[in-house]
Amino acid sequence: MTPRISDVWVYLSTTPLLGLTMTLLAYQAAYWVYQRAGFNPLLNPVLLAVAMLVTALHFTGTPYATYFDGAQFVHFLLGPATVALAVPLYLQFGRLKTLAFPLLVALLAGSVTAIVSAVGVAWLLGASSSTLLSLAPKSVTTPIAMGIAEKLGGIPSLTAVLVMFTGVSGAVMAKYVLDGLRITDHGVRGFAAGLSAHGIGTARAFQVSEQAGAFAGLGMGLNGLVTALLVPLLLVIWRWFA
Amino acid sequence: MLGALTTLLVFQLLGEVIVQFGGWPIPGPVIGLLLLFFTLVLRGALAEPLRDTANGILQHLSLLFVPAGVGVMVHFSRVSGEWLPILAATIVSTALAMGVSALVMQWMIRRRKQGHGRSGDGEGGGA
Repeated sequence: MTPRISDVWVYLSTTPLLGLTMTLLAYQAAYWVYQRAGFNPLLNPVLLAVAMLVTALHFTGTPYATYFDGAQFVHFLLGPATVALAVPLYLQFGRLKTLAFPLLVALLAGSVTAIVSAVGVAWLLGASSSTLLSLAPKSVTTPIAMGIAEKLGGIPSLTAVLVMFTGVSGAVMAKYVLDGLRITDHGVRGFAAGLSAHGIGTARAFQVSEQAGAFAGLGMGLNGLVTALLVPLLLVIWRWFA
Repeated sequence: MLGALTTLLVFQLLGEVIVQFGGWPIPGPVIGLLLLFFTLVLRGALAEPLRDTANGILQHLSLLFVPAGVGVMVHFSRVSGEWLPILAATIVSTALAMGVSALVMQWMIRRRKQGHGRSGDGEGGGA
């Protein structure tokens, strides 16, 4: 009376064990590839792992909700990980204090650039107004971005997709953009990556150095706050001109 | 490690409670981050286990975005109608925001170094 493979599958697909294990396996496989390729940013481990899992879910016909029953244990750690950013920030406190003013100016410049250029490019290419509103907060961390989009009449679930695009594309491009501009300071590199590509940019910065990671976490947090204030303000100015 | 993980969760919980009471549009963990940061600054000391646990989690921060990433790709069809403006806007604006903030910050740091150079406050040693 050995059970058939399909029986085992039916059993496993109802427990959280499978989703959790698949997530860890996919990520470690992705990280192995990334490492083997000499940390080539094009082979970003988040991107690879997501691609593997989406393919697996597609071919096994597994609904996302079933997968998430297991993956939620990993997802949950985003909360404590955000709190943990206080530690590298504290360790860089000496340098942060001396850089308070440059950080503030760079924050405002970067934040306005992110919002205006995203909406501007999409507007020039003829995107609909609900898409434009969903794009405006795309550089900030998902819960803040979705909150902003919802308030303005954008589509929060579209914003979540755009936030993910932004994070992955930022993590992939960061090395090339910052090398191209000859930015060598790890603090500056990290801050720019976190500001423009939130948590995924921050994760990328931590792979480079603790200082880059700390400044990236700061850029992500501050841009979340500033974007929440700036987007409604810029929208008023836009409507006033248009 | 258990104590350190508990510390992180307690600060997250405090953050969530404050956000819920205040009705703020900010995620609870961000407030937790600020509270822990100010606690560390006030104490002026960081316990070894907290440092190790925080570094351990942050080393694999990428992993934590995987479940949400999978969820987002399931909603991919939302993008397909306007994929060109969306893709162009996302990539161009992310690169621009990164470049502008990095250039502005670097320029300000250099300008100040030149301005204060002779008074000799050799601050902000490079990385």
